[in-house]
This record gives sequence, structure tokens and C-alpha cells, in this order.
Amino acid sequence: MNLANSFRLDGREIPFQPGQTLMDAALAAGAYIPHLCHNPELAPHGSCRVCVVRVGGRLVSACTAPAAAGLEVASDTPDIQASRRAILQMLFVEGNHICPACEKTGACQLQAVAYYVGMLEPHFTHFFPRRDVDASHPDYVIDFNRCILCELCVRASRDLDGKHVFAISGRGIDSRLVIESPTGKLGDSAFAATDRAAHVCPVGAILPKRGAYSVPIGQRLYDREPISQVGDVAANEGRARS
Amino acid sequence: MHRHPEVARLETAPQPAGLKRIAIDPLTRVEGHGKVTLLQDAEHRIQQARLHIVEFRGFEKFIQGRPYWELPVMVQRLCGICPVSHHLAAAKATDQLVGVDQLTPTAEKVRRLMHLGQTLQSHALHFFHLSSPDLLFGFDDAVAHRNIVGVIQDHPEIAKQGVLLRKYGQEVIRVTSGKRIHGTGAIPGGVNKALTAAERDYLLADVEQMIAWGETAVQLMKRVFLSNADYHYRFGAVDANTLSLVGPDGAFELYHGGLRARDPDGGEIFDYQDYRQYEELLREEIKPWSYMKFPFIASLGPARGWYRVGPLARVNNCERFATPLAEQEREDFRAAGEGRPLQAALATHWARLIELLYCAEGIQELLHDPDLLGTDLLVSGERRSRGIGVVEAPRGTLFHHYEIDEDGLVRKANLIVSTTNNNQAMNASIRQVAAHYLDGHELTEPLLNHIEVAIRAYDPCLSCATHAMGRMPLELELVDAAGCCLDRLYKGPDGRVERLVEGADGALVGGGA
Repeated sequence: MNLANSFRLDGREIPFQPGQTLMDAALAAGAYIPHLCHNPELAPHGSCRVCVVRVGGRLVSACTAPAAAGLEVASDTPDIQASRRAILQMLFVEGNHICPACEKTGACQLQAVAYYVGMLEPHFTHFFPRRDVDASHPDYVIDFNRCILCELCVRASRDLDGKHVFAISGRGIDSRLVIESPTGKLGDSAFAATDRAAHVCPVGAILPKRGAYSVPIGQRLYDREPISQVGDVAANEGRARS
Repeated sequence: MHRHPEVARLETAPQPAGLKRIAIDPLTRVEGHGKVTLLQDAEHRIQQARLHIVEFRGFEKFIQGRPYWELPVMVQRLCGICPVSHHLAAAKATDQLVGVDQLTPTAEKVRRLMHLGQTLQSHALHFFHLSSPDLLFGFDDAVAHRNIVGVIQDHPEIAKQGVLLRKYGQEVIRVTSGKRIHGTGAIPGGVNKALTAAERDYLLADVEQMIAWGETAVQLMKRVFLSNADYHYRFGAVDANTLSLVGPDGAFELYHGGLRARDPDGGEIFDYQDYRQYEELLREEIKPWSYMKFPFIASLGPARGWYRVGPLARVNNCERFATPLAEQEREDFRAAGEGRPLQAALATHWARLIELLYCAEGIQELLHDPDLLGTDLLVSGERRSRGIGVVEAPRGTLFHHYEIDEDGLVRKANLIVSTTNNNQAMNASIRQVAAHYLDGHELTEPLLNHIEVAIRAYDPCLSCATHAMGRMPLELELVDAAGCCLDRLYKGPDGRVERLVEGADGALVGGGA
């Protein structure tokens, strides 16, 4: 191994190509760093903060930090996993994530990452926000209760589909996903089932209208192996539906 | 009904002011939370007896605006004991929403198998864990002993059979729905899995044993009932109309059929009616003192039209069972009625165990059916806006009614659960018991247990998933006409009953009870 083009992640040597981020190189080497807003097809975003790692005493998001030779990167440490759990616990209470009845359960990246970092209870007080379900599109439904504002759909629609169907409106805790259409409804937008934006949602917010619960328990995406082995929802599109 | 004047008389005391109020709160060894209140006058005469359900369900409201395909999975969360009933009733309703009237043979048989498994486990739980202590030890047995732990100590073989029958039923549910509780097997238009040969063989391995234990349980209950026949015929007995699903030939049916209602003498009120017309057949009355509605047969009106559902109603209502051992037992059951449908509350246990036997036999029959391993799982059709699914849940007829908008979101939902159907029948039974066994007596724990025994016979699921296993604390107060507390009984979490007497300084002092 050429140590001039490698860094160490939790003691493991990870090779990289010039221009790769810590995340790109780690995933290419089969080393998992938990993440939600990252998708290799899209420009790094660094917003969910789940992939934060420690490099030389500083905390950085692995999906935006460039790989460099000789770096000592810590990811799977008790304190970093604890802060990831706290971030996930906040995400779970900020929306309405009712895993037991959700059609995405067993094939949901949010749920799988939460299990991966050992989050087994919501911990914080639920916000129970009142959010809508937009079922106006013939093929797709959006359940805003489950949106985690990762902006994957926003970026995919803008950068891959060239459509700008989605955007984030508001600031801070009032931020919310909005749809570019005369009525604000998905059915009146340019969205199509074939859009990349229809296939990147890591949670149960953007879902096809047909096929819910059609994969039996035990055969769903994350039923048998953890996300560190299986990979992201978007990378498994086609068998990710529960 | 006019044959039981106490049923109407004890609903509302004419002059409640100044009467002693005794509350059995919470009821024990039933599913969910409920209480009974009794009003007694100074001579200990019972003036009022009511069963109250103190939980709020709310499902009909909060599923509004949700996508219809979530219903079978979401609404089953109403209950942790028989969620499969809600899962299947909702699935049958959503079948209609996706335009499906006939499932594939594989899908229907997998659902039927799931339903038999859950009825088996639910009946086993109720009889062995919740009710057998009353029946094996007597209503007035020491409260610390009158529970499942006492059964395990004194009758370990019976207790073991109860546990393993329940486990077997739960395994049937797991194999058909992916989980023992709250699985996902039924989806609109079919199921998401059939059985593999390995799963079928796994279930076949123990099914003969389950049938044998089912048969033993029926014989045990029959012996208990007939050994003190005069008492058991009378206890909690109220003449009630009966409602259940039956097959096209009048055969016993749990999953799908037409609605049959009969009067207390077995005369037809209506027969094999399409349950999608339930709103024309049944109405619901609201009473100011209860959160639970009182359904009644529309053509008879609220006073005469209330009815009983569940095992007693089903076994009385059907012409026959499709399986041989259960049918043989039904004939004995029928003969015990001497020409009339049996109306005794405790005959419900007998009927329940005949059903348990039928479930075990039915599971065996289905497991030998090659359709169970089929691959044709799902059909679809033209979307509709209204779906009504009805099944016979372990506790009785269960109605799920949904209406959706053009986007597929739920606009309206109405659920009539089994225990609601039995509301007036349970109230009638406790009034009968109060009038015959409590009237004129100072109330003691064993006497109050008579009320609970009558309620337990119905196996009410007072709402969902919560369990009170005879270990819930209970406090009884006797208050005189001036509002002074005359007596106070406290039952602790360990089942011990203490009489609490108010001391001179106002502090409560424990005394022997």
C-alpha cells in the first residue's frame, strides 16, 4: 500500500485518490462512516452532521473533508457515536417518525443508521409537529412528517433532473420542504416517477404509491445485515421498499 | 330485555343522591382498562350497576388523512392481543378500496391460517391465563392464589398446555405475517408471502398435539360447567339476541361470511346479510355515562335490539362446524341448551374452547392444502372510495369501515369492535349478577369478584394491548348518605386485601380484613 496516498481511519489504512473526500475514500475501501445527507451522485452537503469524525483534534464532516496523506481519523469512538446518537434522537423527535406502522420500516436509512449507532429510544421530548401528507401526484406520495431536510431530493431534482421541483423554505427550526408548483402540490409540479429525485429519499418521506409492505418482514433491506454491510437506501433502489 | 327486569332497572338509580358508591377499578384479568360502579342503599340493596370503559381509542380520528395502504398495519396497533383481527378486517376493507372482491386461493388461505392461529392463541390466553383460576379454584378462592401462578402451582400440566397452545398460535402468526405481534402479512389485494415447505412442516410437527390439548381443554370446561350445572346455567345468564358471521350454508365461520342475527330462542332476525350493508342492519346508541357506544339491531330498536357477539353467539348461531371434533363438541353443547340457545355467561368459556379446538383442526387441514405454498399472492382492480371489512375476532364481530378521497387518503373511518358489540350484554350480565348475588350483602372481595367473573366470560378487550393480571391495586370505599366514608378496602399489588379504617387523627390505619 502506498502510504503517501492513504490515511488511517480508526487504525485502518485507507487508500485514496487525489480529490476524494474522507467519506468517498472510506466507502470505496469498504469502511463505513454513518451518514444521511450524503449520496455519491451528488455534491457533498455536510448538513446532517452524522458523518462527523475527529481529525487531529478537530471535528469535521467526513463527506466534505478532503482526504490527505497521513491523517489520523477517528470515527467509531464512544464520544463521536454518542454525539451521532444525540443528532439522531433530535431528528426522531423533530418529525413524526412512527416506525412501527411506517411502510419504510426495515428499509429506512434513518432507522438503520440509528440502530448502527446504538440509538434505541428517542430520549428527547417529541415535538409532534402537525404536518401534511401530499398524495396529489398519481404515482408518488410525500409524507412531510418524515422529512429530515437532508436536501437529497432538492439536489437531485436540481442537479440531476434539471427541474427544481423541491426547495427548503424558512429558517432554523421553521425550515421545511416545499414544492415548486402553482398550488404547492406535487401533483401540479414537474415531478415524475422516473426522476432521480424520486429515488434518493433516505427516509419514508417520498414514496411510490404502490407496493407498500410488499416485502415480507425478514427480507427487507436492513432485516438481515446492518447498514454498514448493506449500504444506502439509494444504492439499493429497487429492493429498498419494505 | 323484558325477561330480565333488573337489566333496565339497574342501569340508572332513580335517586342516586346518598347512595354508597363502590367502584371495581380497575377490572382485573381482562384486556385493557375498565371499571364497574355499583350504587347501594343503606340496606345494601343494589340500585345501579354499570360497566365503564375508561380508555379513549382515537384511532378513527388520527388515521384521517393517512394513505389507505397503511391501514392494515397501523390500525392493528389498537391491540396487542388480537391485532391480527384488526389487520385482517382492515385488509378486507382495503381489498375493496383497490377494487378486489376475490383474492387468489393462496392469499385467502394464508390469511385464514393467520386468523386461526391468532384465535387459537387469544382463546388459550384467555382461558388458561385469565379465567381458569376462577373456574378451577372457585370465585371466592384466596385472591393471592386465584391467578395464573396458582394454576402453575396446583395444575402444572394444564398451565403448560395453556402456554404452549398460545405459543403455537403465535408461531402460526409469525410464519404468516413475519412477526408474532404486529406483522405485515396482509396487504390490499392479497398477502406479501405464502408459506415455504419448511415453514409448513415446522407447523405440522406440533399440530396433532395442539388438537389433543384442545380436546382436553374442552372436556375440562364441559366437566366444570356440568358439575354444578344449576348454578352455572343461572350465573350471569341473560337472554340476548346473537350476532355473528356464518358461511353460506350456516356453517361456523371466522374470516368471511354473511351476518346472521337470532333472537334468544334461536328464531331468525336476519340471515346471511352482506356486511357491507351493516349500517342498515345495526345502529349505535350513545349513553351519557359511558364512552363506549351501545350498538343494537336497527329493526328491533335500542331496548330490544341489543345483542351478544363472540364465542357463545357464534356457537349458538351456526348450524355446524366444518371440522369433526369441534362439530362433535358443538352437538354436546347444543344438547345442554335443551332446545334453546345456551344463554349462561359461563357457557361462553365452553364455546370458546370448542372454537379453540376448531382452530387447531382447521390449521391442520389448511397446512395440508397445497395452495398455501402458492406463488400467486396479489390481485388488483379499479380503485373504489369505500371499503368495509368484517371478521369474527376472538371476542366477536369486528367492523372496519373506511372512506378515502381521490388521492387515496382516509376521509372517514368507523370501527365497531367486538367489545363494543358486547357492551349492553356485559352490562346486562353484571346487573343480573349484582341483583342475584350481591343484593342485600355487605360487599366483600369474593362477592365483587362475581362481577368480574361475569365480565371475564366475555373476554372483553377494553381497548388495546394493556394488561391487568389480577395484580392491580384496587380501592373500595363505602360512603354514606352524608358523604362520610364508612368503610374502605384496599387490595394491594400483591393481591392482599386490607380494611383501612380512618383513625381519630384522620390517618388511615391498616386493619385485618
